[in-house]
Amino acid sequence: MKALAGLTARAMPGAMFGAMLGAIVGMTAAPARAETSPPACTAPAYLLATEARLPKVAEAVRAGGKLDILVIGSRSATVVAAPDGTGFPARMEAALRELLPSVAVSMSMQLQIKKTAADVAANLGRLLEGASPTLVIWQTGTVDAIRSVDPDNFNAALDEGVSALKKTGADVVLVNLQYGPRMETMISTAPYLDVMRVVAQEHEIPLFDRFGIMHHWNDTGRFDLFSAAHGVEMAKRVHDCLGRALARFVIDAAEVKPPQPEPTTK
Amino acid sequence: MTSATDHAVDAPARVRAAPQASAGRELRLDLFRGLALWLIFVDHLPPNLFTWLTIRNYGFSDATEIFIFISGYTAAFVYGRALTERGFVVASARILKRVWQIYVAHVFLFTIFLAEISYVATRFENPLYTEEMGILDFLKQPDVTIVQALLLKFRPVNMDVLPLYIVLMLFLPLILWLMKRKPDLTLALSVVVYILTWEFGINLPAYPHGVWFFNPFAWQLLFVFGAWCALGGAKRMAPLLSSRITMALAIAYLAASFFVTLTWHLPQLGHFVPRFIESWMYPINKTDLDVLRFVHFLALAALTVYLLPADWPGLRSRWLKPAILCGQHSLEIFCIGVFLAFAGHFILAEVGAGPWIHFVISISGIVIMSAAAWLFSWYKRVAAKGGPDPKSIEARADLVGGGS
Repeated sequence: MKALAGLTARAMPGAMFGAMLGAIVGMTAAPARAETSPPACTAPAYLLATEARLPKVAEAVRAGGKLDILVIGSRSATVVAAPDGTGFPARMEAALRELLPSVAVSMSMQLQIKKTAADVAANLGRLLEGASPTLVIWQTGTVDAIRSVDPDNFNAALDEGVSALKKTGADVVLVNLQYGPRMETMISTAPYLDVMRVVAQEHEIPLFDRFGIMHHWNDTGRFDLFSAAHGVEMAKRVHDCLGRALARFVIDAAEVKPPQPEPTTK
Repeated sequence: MTSATDHAVDAPARVRAAPQASAGRELRLDLFRGLALWLIFVDHLPPNLFTWLTIRNYGFSDATEIFIFISGYTAAFVYGRALTERGFVVASARILKRVWQIYVAHVFLFTIFLAEISYVATRFENPLYTEEMGILDFLKQPDVTIVQALLLKFRPVNMDVLPLYIVLMLFLPLILWLMKRKPDLTLALSVVVYILTWEFGINLPAYPHGVWFFNPFAWQLLFVFGAWCALGGAKRMAPLLSSRITMALAIAYLAASFFVTLTWHLPQLGHFVPRFIESWMYPINKTDLDVLRFVHFLALAALTVYLLPADWPGLRSRWLKPAILCGQHSLEIFCIGVFLAFAGHFILAEVGAGPWIHFVISISGIVIMSAAAWLFSWYKRVAAKGGPDPKSIEARADLVGGGS
């Protein structure tokens, strides 16, 4: 008991010091970062590399036909308090249209708010609504992490869902969790990121590492993900960059075009 | 591992080691428990350069296995002696007092966590993270959440080890009582419980969803195995541990496990792992202490015991002293480590997460843990020899409602 009393005395000034330090640095650091941020939203090549291929997408694009994409996502696929079309799925669609002008790209979205991977997997039949998309992009993991669903159950649900999606003849891409500097204190993301990597590897489907890319942007100062001051505008820019990166990722995995520099619109 | 009592500690060494430990204290246990505490701290920080040094990147098991095994070993060693000298009732009372201390430590850490998270929740609202902020929904019903936390069912991030430790210690009187009579039967029963746990998926419920992250019914195997080693098992295993065949098997297993771990970081290597092995092996379950993890720990322990004899002079070098001191005050240092991990997260988030800041936080954390451990040792030493009768200080503390 005496040790614990000692700990209290030691610990509390530490926390207050941290808070004060944080407040001071937060005030001074944020503007400095905003000035130096580069305009392009590049993600390093190693974060966009994947061994897995998207044969159905390649076929559709080569034939110059239609590319139907279904995005199954949760709240973090949208920018809350912003108009539709600002979430990363819509930005990806726009980027794909730019990159593949000869292809009719159409994207539909199934927003599954507060649904775990198991909820979604059980409901896939209804989500597809008889449609047969060329590519299904499944963004998941966040709700499971928030509810600390047993990673084994998450694994099983993801496995079941991916198998079912592949059975419909679609290519599948997984999108993992968001990175947020504050989130790591509250949400244990690592087991869910690991499971998603393993499932993607087992099914030989590409995994879009949203977490790694956002982490990179935060580390390099491209986006100050910590700050609340940027509000909706920054959220929109992050989603725009994610959408572009995802479009490139899909094209690279489908091997439909030799890699080329990002189009400069903006 | 062999216990210190089995080893003839040479006299001068015993004198030198005397200040912080009773004669014959097994310094290797303290060393590795101290290192495990450091690794747990580093693993609780967001991934950084230092994380690459922690053992979970080089094989299946991690610092938690070391911590639980050594806790079982030392608990059996200390309270086993109390059981022999003072009887079952007194030994059990001491164990329950310890359980209470661990429980209070856990609740204290929860309070700090609550303070931090409430601060974050009220101060910041980034529209990018609306979904993730759902984790804070529990703040909307503190009446439920705080009660669930006191019942050990609601355990936020990084707060899973102490509840496991509490449950294991609660069963320690029973384990010790049986272990003193039938050590092998006790170990066999522990294995049976482990198997039944896997067979029927037994676990304790958690709040708001799911089960305990560290399943006590599975992890008890390591704890009981530690106790079994402490009460003579290690001595009986000595011939097995010094055999070359055991070493070869241990090294082969560690190497294979290292390779598999490597494929998680370099997916290109994944092609070298045959499909049937992959489907048999995954997922490697931490919650229920996967057999692969347990065996990895055994291999690691066997190799360590083989390479590092109990009388290795390096154990008394000043370079290892910080880790050993930390290991000798494990509960306090564990709590400080969890707190420092919270504080580290906080600073990383507030100040920005450059690799240098990360490095400084990791190093400072380890230095603070070591300094605190040194302070506890110093106080214990002073309290033990200072004053005419050390007990009288405690007695006076009792008068003012304090005491230990």
